[in-house]
Amino acid sequence: MNERDGRTDEGLLLRVAGAEHVAADIRMLRLRRADGGGLPPFVPGSHVVVDCGDRRNAYSLTGDGIEPEEYTISVLRCPGGDGGSVFLHGIEVGDVLRVSGPRSAFPPAASAHHHLLVAGGIGITPMLSHVRAARQWGRSFRLYYAHRPGAGAHVAELRRLCGDRLREYTGRADLTRAVRAELRASPLGTHLYACGPGEMLDDVRAGAAEAGWLADRVHVERFSAAELDPGAPFTVTLARSGTRVSVPSGVSLLEALEKAGTPVPNMCRQGVCGECRVSVVRGRPLHRDLYLSEAERAAADTVMCCVSRCLDQELELDL
Amino acid sequence: MTDTMLSSHLARFPFPFREDTYRYSTNVEPARQFVPTEAGGWGEHVLDLDATYEAELTERERILRRDPSRCTVLPHMRVATWDALLTVLGELAATYPGQMSLHRDGTTYRWRNDLLGVKQEFVLGEEDSLPCDPLLFAGSQAQEDIVLLDQREDALWADAGLVTFAADWSLGFDVGMRFLEIHGPVPRVHEERVITRAERFLMRLEAGQEYRRTNWTMTVDRRLDTSTETYPEWGRDRRLVVTDPALPDRLHLRVEVQHLLRLPRSGAILFLIRTYLLSLTDLARVPAWRSRFASVLAELPDDLTEYKGLSHYRDAAAHWLAGG
Repeated sequence: MNERDGRTDEGLLLRVAGAEHVAADIRMLRLRRADGGGLPPFVPGSHVVVDCGDRRNAYSLTGDGIEPEEYTISVLRCPGGDGGSVFLHGIEVGDVLRVSGPRSAFPPAASAHHHLLVAGGIGITPMLSHVRAARQWGRSFRLYYAHRPGAGAHVAELRRLCGDRLREYTGRADLTRAVRAELRASPLGTHLYACGPGEMLDDVRAGAAEAGWLADRVHVERFSAAELDPGAPFTVTLARSGTRVSVPSGVSLLEALEKAGTPVPNMCRQGVCGECRVSVVRGRPLHRDLYLSEAERAAADTVMCCVSRCLDQELELDL
Repeated sequence: MTDTMLSSHLARFPFPFREDTYRYSTNVEPARQFVPTEAGGWGEHVLDLDATYEAELTERERILRRDPSRCTVLPHMRVATWDALLTVLGELAATYPGQMSLHRDGTTYRWRNDLLGVKQEFVLGEEDSLPCDPLLFAGSQAQEDIVLLDQREDALWADAGLVTFAADWSLGFDVGMRFLEIHGPVPRVHEERVITRAERFLMRLEAGQEYRRTNWTMTVDRRLDTSTETYPEWGRDRRLVVTDPALPDRLHLRVEVQHLLRLPRSGAILFLIRTYLLSLTDLARVPAWRSRFASVLAELPDDLTEYKGLSHYRDAAAHWLAGG
């Protein structure tokens, strides 16, 4: 790792340099290096994993990423969530957070001729960096943004950045209708980027499929893994020790392994960072991560144990 | 070459063989790690300048004047070329702070290179603010050849590059191809899935992670440009050198130190190739290198020997190295 940009193997230690409410229940944090130095640049759509007390959550970086002097994240308060967002709503300016280096999992396609961005609610956060970078590099884009009336984060800023390239909606049905029309009218070579609630993403994906879009041109980022269903129970055998571990419904494979005294290196616990990959010896993984490629899923020889499960009743792992 | 230049050249030469035999492998390792050798050591930097810096950049300019296709950038790689420029200049400034600096004020950058007497101000994203394409400018300041790979559709594509010192390949031919396609002609590696594994590894590379590998071949004379385009100029020397009494002075071990980085702003892969040449005569001044390279050459299977273009003179070179 490169020491010059403040990065270490443990990530970055960043001071909260500013905090403001940008919409109901959404708090924007400005994070800076304590020594005032620059931060690692990042690809639009990148996220960082933030230590939130005893949890680690992924948040999209909302700046342009070209020469960042600060990282900005916008955090929606989810009282029913795992506690990470409540923690970040409670910290104060001057507090220090441990933040991973930026990770790119939702980048703009360099070869695209036009970028169609679709955001629902807090799903606007990765689009902010896409829009800023698109302006810097002169990329052609249009942004469709649905938010509750008066509850849209960063709306004024986006209106200024996008001008007539921004289309705003206050309901999912309106957004879906407009996006479906756009999907049929977009020129060949357009890439679609969507981030928002699962149902919205399903709508957008279905619209793209109906309009004949190739999967390679459709990029989707789910902003919360909490929507995953609890899954069916299964049993894991650890090939090296022969130990058997049961994974009940609602408990992740990673959690079950930790409880059984076989911790696996991990970071985001949301299926995005790729840290907790383990090798599969036998059994068919039920992939629920956003990390593995289609080819790797098909090979079925590894599994991201933080979110993924098993299609069979038994899974044997190389642990 | 003067004696002082030779001793520093030997001391810094990245002798690549760790065993008495050689096969292709996915031989990547973390960058910026010093490797001691029998003559000194190498490897603490990503970009490496040596006593041949100005001469090689002059040679690069000459090659580019003659054949501008040695720098080819597909239109969608524009952002990646700017990213490569900032990365290369920033890295040079950090490695050689006494001679080079890069300062930024908003989107305006000021570059200073005292070794070449260059001062250049430019604005990020404004091609007109540079004397040439960003990739060409990067290649006018660094000794390395540069290839940029775009990642899309679950594959890597060599979509831009500035390569004047190719070892028996052609950027103009390869540009726009998939990583797997480019490596199609390499013998043995496909059965062992070496290239597939290398591609998966690169696709997983994150910004901030920096890796390197070495590759090698041999070249007749100190000729950096042995690209496919100039084959008529150098191809026959591979045959003629066999009977030349000056063979140990003319035959060179050619080592490439290749760095692999994820560019932080564009997400493209930056592939840097730095070429080092050492004649057999000079190599033989290090007895351990002499005997090891003799063994490697003598044992090298015929298909690898053929692919590397060594068939004509491999036996002669091995024989001389073995003391014959």
